[in-house]
Amino acid sequence: MDAMTPTTVLTVGPLVITDTVVTSAALSLLLAGGLSLAVRMEGPREALEVVYETLEGTLRDMVTVDVTPIVPLILTQWAFIAAANLVGVLPIVASPTRDLSLTAALAVISLGAGHVYGFRAHGWRYLKSYVSPNPLMLPFNIIGELSRTVALALRLFGNVASGELIGAIVLSLAGPLLPVPLMLLGLITSVVQAYIFGVLTLVFTASAMQVAADRTHPTPEAT
Amino acid sequence: MTGQDWISIVSIIVAGFTIAIGSIAPALGEARALTQALDSIARQPDAADTISRTLFVGMAMVESTAIYALVVSLVLLFANPLLP
Repeated sequence: MDAMTPTTVLTVGPLVITDTVVTSAALSLLLAGGLSLAVRMEGPREALEVVYETLEGTLRDMVTVDVTPIVPLILTQWAFIAAANLVGVLPIVASPTRDLSLTAALAVISLGAGHVYGFRAHGWRYLKSYVSPNPLMLPFNIIGELSRTVALALRLFGNVASGELIGAIVLSLAGPLLPVPLMLLGLITSVVQAYIFGVLTLVFTASAMQVAADRTHPTPEAT
Repeated sequence: MTGQDWISIVSIIVAGFTIAIGSIAPALGEARALTQALDSIARQPDAADTISRTLFVGMAMVESTAIYALVVSLVLLFANPLLP
């Protein structure tokens, strides 16, 4: 199934470099280079500042904790995932996010972010959230963390890969131009999935910070 | 019919059932969430922003059940571990 498995571009010894690596590296360079070039110029920088502040305000309204340290991570995820999903509509290029390896890597970043910000907010006391409400719940808390990460990876992979697969099947059954409505639907799905990935990262990170916050400053609602 | 043939036949049939049965419950759940959200927006148009934002995230969580079924059926069809 060439619609779902990445094609090998180059083999260096035991390393197999697939088109996922090439496309996502090119996208990262393009995004980082283009944006860092744009902030040097007067006009684009002001436009980007407005965009940044609007998005930061959106994130701020969503959760109760202070989102300032998390905003760059979420916005980077939004930009990268939206670009990676949308690049699939171009001919020849396939979405890198249809590869489970890439979505798993993104999900692991999201899992790590929750722990890093939880630790940064409350130090080693953060680990106590694993044994709350009592030590019996330790395995369930660990399973919860893992399954939430797996779900994050599979959701993005499933949506993008199934979109590409349906497009390929309709193309082979019905011929050209017929997949166009499906691709238009795929554009919406791409942006919505990127949005959801970022928001879920925010929610998980915020809940890690929140749990620790409740522990250090117990409120009547928290107990 | 060899054993491999039977594995292919059963895999294909089970893949169809997996996605058919596995998408029933998430579809009902999402429809329920959507009707509730529309109802709430009709009652309180001011809260439309918050409601639709929460709806998106909630629907993504509900939908992941259907995505699990999809992934399992795709594995059965295209990456079956039992077939060479």
